[in-house]
Amino acid sequence: MKPQSGSILRNTLTLIVVVLLAWQALYWIVGEVALRSPLQTFAFAAKFMSTPQFAQHLAETAQAFGLALLLAIAIGLTIGFTLGASRFLSDVFEPMLIALYSIPKITLYPILLLAFGLGMSSKVAFGTIHGVIPIALFTITAVRNVKRVYLKTGRVMGLSPLDTIARIVFPAALPEIFAGLRIGFSLTLIGTLLGEMFASQRGLGFLLMSAIGLHNVDLIMALTLLLTVFAGTASVVLLALNQRLYARSR
Amino acid sequence: MTQIAQVSLRQVDKEFSRSGKPADTVHALGPIDLELRHGEFFAVVGPSGCGKSTLLELVAGLSTATRGEVAFEGKPIEGRIPDGVGVVFQEDASFPWLTVTENIAFGLRRMKLSPQEKAARIEKALAMMGLIPFASSYPAQLSGGMRQRVCIARTLVTEPRLILLDEPFGALDQQTRLLMGDEVLNLWRKTGATVFLITHALDEAAMLADRIGVMSARPGRLIDIVETGWSKDRDSRIVQEERFGAITARLWRSLREESMKSLGKAGAAK
Amino acid sequence: MRGPLLWRLLVLAGFVGLLEVLCLTGVIKPLTMQAPHRIVTDLVAMLVSGALNRAIAKTLGNAFIAFVIAVVLGVTSALVIHRLRRVRDTLEPLFATYYAIPVFAFYPLLIILLGLGDAPQIFIGAMLGIVAVIVNTLNGLDRVPNVLLKTARVNQMGAVETALRVTLPCASPYILTGAKLAVAYSLIGIIGAEFIMSSGGMGYEISFAYNNFDNATMYPLILLILVVSITINMGIARWEKALMARRGLR
Repeated sequence: MKPQSGSILRNTLTLIVVVLLAWQALYWIVGEVALRSPLQTFAFAAKFMSTPQFAQHLAETAQAFGLALLLAIAIGLTIGFTLGASRFLSDVFEPMLIALYSIPKITLYPILLLAFGLGMSSKVAFGTIHGVIPIALFTITAVRNVKRVYLKTGRVMGLSPLDTIARIVFPAALPEIFAGLRIGFSLTLIGTLLGEMFASQRGLGFLLMSAIGLHNVDLIMALTLLLTVFAGTASVVLLALNQRLYARSR
Repeated sequence: MTQIAQVSLRQVDKEFSRSGKPADTVHALGPIDLELRHGEFFAVVGPSGCGKSTLLELVAGLSTATRGEVAFEGKPIEGRIPDGVGVVFQEDASFPWLTVTENIAFGLRRMKLSPQEKAARIEKALAMMGLIPFASSYPAQLSGGMRQRVCIARTLVTEPRLILLDEPFGALDQQTRLLMGDEVLNLWRKTGATVFLITHALDEAAMLADRIGVMSARPGRLIDIVETGWSKDRDSRIVQEERFGAITARLWRSLREESMKSLGKAGAAK
Repeated sequence: MRGPLLWRLLVLAGFVGLLEVLCLTGVIKPLTMQAPHRIVTDLVAMLVSGALNRAIAKTLGNAFIAFVIAVVLGVTSALVIHRLRRVRDTLEPLFATYYAIPVFAFYPLLIILLGLGDAPQIFIGAMLGIVAVIVNTLNGLDRVPNVLLKTARVNQMGAVETALRVTLPCASPYILTGAKLAVAYSLIGIIGAEFIMSSGGMGYEISFAYNNFDNATMYPLILLILVVSITINMGIARWEKALMARRGLR
């Protein structure tokens, strides 16, 4: 899992350079009709970020995403802990969760739209359904894998059930739970954005969708860049944190 | 009667280097000079890390010597695996996705034999290793000892002239090992092959081998070669004889100091 | 295993029953969703009449093509990447953050490059799935015990033969894990593109039906996609379990 040839930083930088070069090359081949060069995109993005319009949409997306993530984590962890603790419950429900995970959730959008109407609640719903299942699944496995000897130690020390969960189960299962949170983060973000693309008149996803419709290539590229950079950075940070957590418990 | 030795190693040295820099280089083995006679049973013992497995990989052609020459039946091997050599590894190398029969048949894949001949050889190998009741089982359903037998059968089916065994019984319990030792001797007699066995168990070497090479701590060199003088039709009951005790004692005398060196207590031996 | 299965069926039946009751009593308005039994009969009627068979065939056919491309390219790439340590380390951050990228933003670009036919959607579907296949295949390749590769060498097998007869069979359960994900992703790619671009297919029909308040078409189509994807997923999962069971794992 750990890269052997050089640091993570060096590899990421190499990757970024390669991507930029490929992007520039593609721009030269395809031209203004469908692409902008990296420089143009950066310039446009910088300019765009300073507009009040951007701040408004950003706030909208951030709010939706934040809520969706909170819900996904709360519901996911609850399901995860409940099922992880009970062999019977997980035997019954885990296969159903796995089946739900395999559904292309984009198919459920019309149903959610009908149920929640256009606006914030749909977006949050979209985001939540994307993130909640991986969080739950990872938590189930994490809780189930807590070594029995830890639990026995807790009993020998006379810990109450609540104490056992808080002071033994949770810390022991944390690295794997965090892996689920990491994936839940990315998926919830995508879900929220997709929700904004289809169900809203505000937010970065909506901006992207209308840019696609108007063929505003500058805006498409700038938004894609911003979203990719944000999601990518968050991913890398969470990954590093996750590896720290794993290293601590090995 | 002079014959070409079946396997010969001349001034063989092996170094491992991660980056090519001298500071990074480990001198694992050598210089080694050794000749294996046709049809003999040769065992190698030595402290952990002395390079026994490296030696076996050199003889098998799985690895190339840094210096010196390794030859099989008179022809130097240069990183290719020569025909007629079979290897049984320490870890379980049975393919979990194939049945026992399919595993054994795998060894025949490359050989130009008629289907009937192949079937006959597989039957023979199954019978020799007592695997007929398990012919359609998967390795996961068998014990560790049985799985090693599958690996041995897969090697035998090619009728190799040289059989290399790298601590094949390392993971098994003592009683099973003694019995497996008997089986190996049986196979050796039936196939007439030369056997080269690596083991960390002195009693196993003393019981099985015609000659035993004792290796020093790293870099491994042969510091002694013991002739056991056993008759060809021996079995595990020779452990009761006095000569067995004398051989193991001699092995331990040579090995004790090397083993302590290996553990980092050099010079502490008397 | 019969106990939990029974419970699962009961839970499912209970859920559907609840929906049925809620619909029939009007708590869920007909405009939002019709009763489950109606959805099923509508689906049967739709399939029998063949009215939407072309759309269904188009979507499923394209998804299948995207799936095959993702798996074939993914496994081959993984085999190559696995041998090139530096390339793998450089690509690792890309793989970790890949699913955070809003891939649909590239759709206009792809249309310009590949024309208005089915190619852009298939490309997106394959693009979404390929990384899941690569990551899981790499995981499987990592787990091939060295001793099996040595055995292949002892049997004088070349690189291609070793890959086909030893490495890939050994890694097959993990490749199947990637394939399961690729099924979902190819469906998402195709249907999502059909939503955005109105180019025919089930996604278009669902979107059209939604805009025209035609629940009698929309829900059956959604149900069909759910059934297809769950069935395929379960099929592959069964296969995966059988392979693992043969090895005494899980």
